[in-house]
Amino acid sequence: MTILNTITTYLTVFAVGGLMCALAQLLIIKTKLTPARILVIFLLTGVLLEGIGVYKYINDFAQAGISVPIIGFGASLARGSIEMARQIGFIGAFAGGLVRTAFGVGVAVVASYAVTLIFSPRSK
Amino acid sequence: MSAIANPIEKRNERYGKYVDSVTPKTGTLKSLWHSFWIGGLTCCIAQGIGDIYALIFPNFSEDLIVNITSMTIITLAILFTGLGFYDIIARKGGAGCFLPITGFANAISSAAMEYKSEGLILGTSVKMFTVVGPVVVNGIVWSTIAGLLNLLILGRI
Repeated sequence: MTILNTITTYLTVFAVGGLMCALAQLLIIKTKLTPARILVIFLLTGVLLEGIGVYKYINDFAQAGISVPIIGFGASLARGSIEMARQIGFIGAFAGGLVRTAFGVGVAVVASYAVTLIFSPRSK
Repeated sequence: MSAIANPIEKRNERYGKYVDSVTPKTGTLKSLWHSFWIGGLTCCIAQGIGDIYALIFPNFSEDLIVNITSMTIITLAILFTGLGFYDIIARKGGAGCFLPITGFANAISSAAMEYKSEGLILGTSVKMFTVVGPVVVNGIVWSTIAGLLNLLILGRI
């Protein structure tokens, strides 16, 4: 029974995550939007979903399928901002999002710096 | 007037056809499929890493598991960028490679590496956020607005 549940979870994760990426790819092909704009559109979708309180139900259903695409990053920012605003008042809204996502952004910056020191860019 | 315009139009038309015939056909369906399975696989790997962490550290909170999982896949993506694997996958995966958080990490590290020749301060440090800058700035601005709105609307009830 648990094995069946695990398989269902992974299939859902695969399908939802894949659909998000295919949707972004379709936007690239059909509308000629640049990747940066598409990233921002998906990010703001995440902020909106968390803002109206729908995200946690999608997250319960799709797990990594929704939290690994950039939608999850937006939702995480909004969640942190909302939670800290509730705890310490309106100034918390400015810090909360950064505090919650700082793990990922921090490790991304430090690891990028380290990788730059170690490897040299190869010609494309 | 039309006598002059006609040959030019015809030439443009012929040139347009020539460009179409020379441009490699990637195929909409094929690129959609590639981004679908590569994106889906990335999410599955992240889910798997999270499940393994949950097994190893059963007393960690769910938030902490999510955080260390994203830190792990970000580090892996940056390492792959440094080794040059990520570009090979990204050529095929398209949106499947830049939409997940691994694409965010790849964008930071590839910008950092590309400008290494201009120096660590003025090259790497300045240009690190050229690609993901819009994401970070819009994310901070709109999440702050979300937090303020939430406090204004729901805080009084």
